[in-house]
Amino acid sequence: MKKRYQDRIELLQGTLDLLILQTLRWGPRHGYGISEAIRAHSGDTLQVDTGSLYPALHRLERQSWIAAEWKTSENNQRVRVYRLTAAGRKQLHSERSRWALLCDAMAGVLEPAKKAGEA
Amino acid sequence: MKRPFADREQRKQDLNDEIASHLRLAAQDRRERGEPPERALESARREMGNENLIREAAADQWGWRWLEQLLQDMRYGARTLRRKAGFTGVAALTLALGIGATTAIFSAVNTTLFEPLPYPHPERILMIWDTFQGARSDVTFHTYREIAARNRSFAALGIFEPWQPALLGRAEPERLDGQSVSYGYFSALGVSPALGRGFEPADNAFHGPNVAILSHGLWQRRFGGDASIVGRQVTLDGDAYTIVGVMPRGFEDVLAPTTEIWSPEQYDQGHINDTDTAEWGHHLRMVARLKPGVSFAQANADIAAIAGAPVPEFPRPRWAALKFGFIVDSLQDDVTRAIRPALLAVLGAVMLVLLIACVNVTNLLLARGALRRPEFAMPAALGAGRTRMLRQLLTESLLLAAIGGALGIVVAELGVQALVALSPPELPRVGAIGLDRNVLLFTIAVTTLIGLAVGLVPAVHASHSDLQTDLKQGSRQSSGSHQLTRRALVVAEVGLAMVLLASAGLLFRSLTRLFAVDPGFDASHLLTLQVQTSGHAFDNPDVTRRFFHRALEEVRRNPAVESAALTSLLPLTDDTQFGLYGTSFQKTDRSYDTFRYVVVPGYFETMRIPLRRGRYLEDRDAAAAPHVTVISESLAKKAFGDEDPLGQLMRIGGFPNWPLYTVVGVVADVSQVSLSGGNAVAAYITPEQSWFADQAMSLVVRARGDAAALAPEIRSAVWSVNKDQPIVRVATMERLLAALVLAAVGIYGVLAGSVAERTREIGVRVALGASRGDILAMVMRQGMTLTVIGALIGLAAAAAASRALVTLLFGVSRLDVLLLLGVSAISCWVPARRAAQVDPAITLRSE
Repeated sequence: MKKRYQDRIELLQGTLDLLILQTLRWGPRHGYGISEAIRAHSGDTLQVDTGSLYPALHRLERQSWIAAEWKTSENNQRVRVYRLTAAGRKQLHSERSRWALLCDAMAGVLEPAKKAGEA
Repeated sequence: MKRPFADREQRKQDLNDEIASHLRLAAQDRRERGEPPERALESARREMGNENLIREAAADQWGWRWLEQLLQDMRYGARTLRRKAGFTGVAALTLALGIGATTAIFSAVNTTLFEPLPYPHPERILMIWDTFQGARSDVTFHTYREIAARNRSFAALGIFEPWQPALLGRAEPERLDGQSVSYGYFSALGVSPALGRGFEPADNAFHGPNVAILSHGLWQRRFGGDASIVGRQVTLDGDAYTIVGVMPRGFEDVLAPTTEIWSPEQYDQGHINDTDTAEWGHHLRMVARLKPGVSFAQANADIAAIAGAPVPEFPRPRWAALKFGFIVDSLQDDVTRAIRPALLAVLGAVMLVLLIACVNVTNLLLARGALRRPEFAMPAALGAGRTRMLRQLLTESLLLAAIGGALGIVVAELGVQALVALSPPELPRVGAIGLDRNVLLFTIAVTTLIGLAVGLVPAVHASHSDLQTDLKQGSRQSSGSHQLTRRALVVAEVGLAMVLLASAGLLFRSLTRLFAVDPGFDASHLLTLQVQTSGHAFDNPDVTRRFFHRALEEVRRNPAVESAALTSLLPLTDDTQFGLYGTSFQKTDRSYDTFRYVVVPGYFETMRIPLRRGRYLEDRDAAAAPHVTVISESLAKKAFGDEDPLGQLMRIGGFPNWPLYTVVGVVADVSQVSLSGGNAVAAYITPEQSWFADQAMSLVVRARGDAAALAPEIRSAVWSVNKDQPIVRVATMERLLAALVLAAVGIYGVLAGSVAERTREIGVRVALGASRGDILAMVMRQGMTLTVIGALIGLAAAAAASRALVTLLFGVSRLDVLLLLGVSAISCWVPARRAAQVDPAITLRSE
């Protein structure tokens, strides 16, 4: 159902923000470019839903982690290009640490034998 | 957020551009991957999903979204309401009447019953009454003296009685409302003069000095607010009085609200054993202020002890023996005693009216909700959330309620003005009734509540409707469950209206007494005032008759007066207790308690009392002519049964040397003492043929327009004949019809809405050859069925509510029921006719 869009935004929020910030670390990109980059870097596993992408971009922009401006692309199209701000760089850093923490915790839960042995 | 609105449009444009560019880039990618160009854009779009939703979700991140949505909702709501001006008008008017009536009555109730009286420590002020047959009775002067001497509870004790001096002088003479008071009066109220001094014990001495205190209003009006007034002399009723003080601005005398001047009473404190004196007459009211720390109960016990234990210094005659003690009441309860039940009852009634207004508007919104379902189905399909739609609908109903509330305040303002104008001037605190802050807060709270209440049902209804069905069958709007709810509401509404009408009959009864309404004469546009004569000149009966005659001529000269007449007794007033005589007929031996009405020719015509036999009194029934009388129908029946009473000889009063009157006419009965009737009967004679001249006559004036507005002109007409004659008890006899008007407006709105909804159906029928008569019958049958069901339920509810209601319904509301049925018939008929006149082709195309 189309109505569930907003739920999905909530679900993906943390992860999607991290992915966007990480993608912009390699240089400014427009929205479509960001979603393509995420898709390419994840080996087509992660398909960013447009309905989640733009709300996320506007949210990050509001928090001043990214900044946007209109530019003309290589094939002469007017596009809105996002870049990482200093605050965004800091945020990316802390989100990556949190992600690492989460991965460790997830791994611990998913492979209890190893954890139990340690304890 | 910085500059939340200024760049908002720009941001929206940017967002649109951004999404468009996203689409272009995606399509370009697809083309580069080899998709055919014509399909690339379409697949890109499909992949992206609902553009609107993305836009909204993105814009949601900007902040201030709620405010923007609220403004948008309001703009949209306002547009919708404007577009449906007729609907909005009916709904807002319905609410405005309900809110206005409730607000107006609430302002009166709040001021009169709940706000503390405008005195220091008002809770310490008491009224003390003598007891006669279990009821309140005025006290005598010597009783006052005894309590003043013996009590241990009161910081101040005052007595007072009316005094109506004529103020003479350089300006036009003027009759004033005054009070003759003892020196404790103002201290009991806790207010002292702003200028000069209050009364002192020496002022109350027998044959003491002629002194007076002015109200602020009188001081401003007659003496230009001149501070040197204190110590100056004015002429009252021909005697010189020294002004000793002026009361503060804003001082309200709730004990006698119209008072403008006070003088000290000067009763004889000696000669207590002379019981045949004014000092032993029951004509004083008594007010007291408790000492600090003394409770109401202590004071009550104190004076009960005084009543129960006579002392030799204060011998008491039989009629002032205080055997039954005193009746003590707080000042506020005492002055609002008469009006309290009526006010609360009316408040209940108008709240019921408001409830009906709410049901009406809910109904209207529901009716319109059905018509608007396709309008909401579209945004719903486009992804607008259910909460968003609920919010939109609630915004609309709140907006509607706000319009109703704003209009309601106007209605309330007019209502308060009317209320104040119609109120007897003796009503306590009538001047303080108005739309103050508390009342406006009350109105705002009520309005908000209504906005939510009337919006909720239709909003939930609309948001629950089946999307698919609505989209597919956008044209077939009158589907089943909806109709059921609507019909239930119509039934509920008519039921409520019936309960209201039935209850209102009962509730307004106390009011109708106040306004002296009754069958037996036509009360509409009827203004009544009593003219009293005063002065030694009127000891001559011819002077009295001539004065009244000339006063009446002056009044009749006013073009706004349709007709006017004089009567010694005004039905449904206290007058009647002085008008009862034993009458007898020459033919029969029995005596009948009969009201002696002295009326001028034209009285029956003015009051519209129907003639049953013979003739009315006429100008030819003058002093020298044969003495004649017109009697009431019930007297004729009592004395003569079916026999012809015309020509019978009658004696009024028991004295054999008083004249014999010949019966020349019989008129319909008039309720004399109360609405519930009573068995007393009436005989009418002309002033010239009466054996004495009445010193007080009531003017009854049938106005061409607003009766209340005519009062000042009538007053000055009388005073143009003789300025020194007091005019009291000015009242109109109009009736309140607001509830019925409201029920009518609502029923019309609902039925009109339902007919509009069925216009298409009707169009089809006309196209198929049904006659206009058939259609009229169809619409009317349904409307009438609902009304009848509602009426039956309402009657049952009213009957269940109270047995008193049932008895009242029998007398009063049968007409109301008919009226209601009539109104609903008309409100079915008008739109049905309009629908029937519509060209079928146009009706069908309008879908």
